[in-house]
Amino acid sequence: MMSIRNPRDFWSGVLFVALGIATIVLSSKYTLGSAARMGPGYFPRILGILLIVLGGILALRATRSAGPPMPRFKWRPLVVVLGSVVLFGAIVRTVGVALSTVLLIVTASAASHEFRPRESLIAGVLLAALAVGVFVIGLQLQLPIWPWQR
Amino acid sequence: MELFNHLAVGFGVALTPINLLYALIGTLLGTLIGVLPGIGPVATIAMLLPTTYALQPVSALIMLAGIYYGAQYGGSTTAILVNMPGESSSVVTCLDGYQMARRGQAGAALAIAALGSFFAGTCATVLVAAVSLPLSALALKFGPAEYFSLMVLGLIGAVVLAHGSLVKAIAMIVLGLLLGIVGTDVNSGVARFDFGIPELSDGIGVVVVAMGLFGFSEIILNLESTEKRELITTKLRGMWPTKAQFKLAAPAVLRGTALGSVLGVLPGGGAMLSSFASYSIEKKLAKDPSQFGKGAIQGVAGPESANNAGAQTSFIPLLTLGIPENAVMAMMVGAMMIHNIQPGPQVMTSNPQLFWGLVASMWVGNLMLVVLNLPLIGIWIKLLTVPYRLLYPAILLFCAIGVYTVNNTSFDVMQTAFFGLLGVIFAKLECEPAPLLLGFVLGPMMEENLRRALLLSRGDPTVFATRPISAGLLAAAILLVLVIALPNIRRQREEAFQEA
Repeated sequence: MMSIRNPRDFWSGVLFVALGIATIVLSSKYTLGSAARMGPGYFPRILGILLIVLGGILALRATRSAGPPMPRFKWRPLVVVLGSVVLFGAIVRTVGVALSTVLLIVTASAASHEFRPRESLIAGVLLAALAVGVFVIGLQLQLPIWPWQR
Repeated sequence: MELFNHLAVGFGVALTPINLLYALIGTLLGTLIGVLPGIGPVATIAMLLPTTYALQPVSALIMLAGIYYGAQYGGSTTAILVNMPGESSSVVTCLDGYQMARRGQAGAALAIAALGSFFAGTCATVLVAAVSLPLSALALKFGPAEYFSLMVLGLIGAVVLAHGSLVKAIAMIVLGLLLGIVGTDVNSGVARFDFGIPELSDGIGVVVVAMGLFGFSEIILNLESTEKRELITTKLRGMWPTKAQFKLAAPAVLRGTALGSVLGVLPGGGAMLSSFASYSIEKKLAKDPSQFGKGAIQGVAGPESANNAGAQTSFIPLLTLGIPENAVMAMMVGAMMIHNIQPGPQVMTSNPQLFWGLVASMWVGNLMLVVLNLPLIGIWIKLLTVPYRLLYPAILLFCAIGVYTVNNTSFDVMQTAFFGLLGVIFAKLECEPAPLLLGFVLGPMMEENLRRALLLSRGDPTVFATRPISAGLLAAAILLVLVIALPNIRRQREEAFQEA
């Protein structure tokens, strides 16, 4: 009976094998060509095979030698940090740098266990002024400051 | 002497007011992020890349290079005063530097670190200038087969010297290579792995990958730990080291410089490895090893000189061969590409102003650092009192604006968030992101050289083994893998990383 004794290695192996298979499936629609005249599908397929082999070695080895358990995912920082950045990216063009900066700072601050709403609002306003000053006025980047400036 | 003529050209470029200004900005920013734990040079360079569009390429590179070696200076400040590595390369400086600070010798430790770094930086600059000419002359004789083998050796070497699982690291390289070739294939015009998304047909940006893997995921992982950062304020008394301390430190600085210069050139080398190696050597050579960990000045002088020497000589493979050997150099490749400069041996001949200007600026930057660093320490300490809960949203903001403005699209921001998620997953699985970034940058070049080599040999794969230089490079790569796979050496390697 095989058992997973090194979960980190095992799951990274599985991930690499899966990515390797996906690579080969996706590149099957690109011309393979020959070694002398490589098509766009040649190099990716080599890499896909390599990924499967390396992932396979990792996963197999993980059933032999033991390792530490998987560390836990903490969802709050992950979701809040990435979410606030995605939100910023989605609205900055329509809402402008000023307001989307305040929104980004306040939402992102909520990822910390030391979240202080009022403090983060003040930081947001200050950083919005800084961002407008440095990026829009100083570096002349093509970004609207306010929603009505589109 | 030809070398002096070249350096004269370089200083002519580096000493123009505008380039002095960018060297100053770069080194100051580098020191700043070096002082602050939780943000490294890779993420910083990614953040600043978009703002360099409008600059002259040489000014942009001078500034970005300054960030890397500036970070070496800054990292030591935090290590000595707060017992926390501001930068991964100053982990070992904590051991003895902080102990010196507790004994009231913080000033001496900081001064030795700065002077040692400056000495190392000066030597390394000369070395970069001296070695570059013959190396790039050699590299110009390379054909596609040699280049392909060189990249294999570079990538393998980079992971052999890094710590962690070798198989995982190689898999990360392969994944990086794959991500690197996303987008339109130059030969056939086919858009590969674009999932029908038009933005992806231009490929994935290096800023996107680096910022996600090194910037965002770092912040998320930092937020997971709930422990509070403690700040110990140390009074700076007596800045200058005593004569006895100088006597102990001087040979350590010399050894650290030599070691760092050599290790910096090797693939996977650079600042971090150099400092670790120097610490263990100093400990072995010391008359009284029991002093180590209790405030031995050699334990500060050696590693701090070594990391700065290593940071600088790691530019050699990049500038002469076009091969980045660590994640920071991968970012420099990205920066050169953005300015339409193909890194490689031809840079020196086709763009001598840029090449020698950059080399000379390293020495200028080091001089600025040693002059500015000590007086500014008060400000850096103040910065450390800014709590992380205020710091990280600001970093996120600069990252988000930076990545948005590369192409003015929100799609890039989404992609970066995706790579941030990927970075967190990789961290949980203990897969290092640095090899991926190296592979990512080299992906298109590697495919192109493989294609050309096999086209020239009419599809015969033995070309890599029959051309002598290529065969030698590949043999070296295989040897490295075999050596590291041997159980004995593997154990020693683990121990070396454990110790520090």
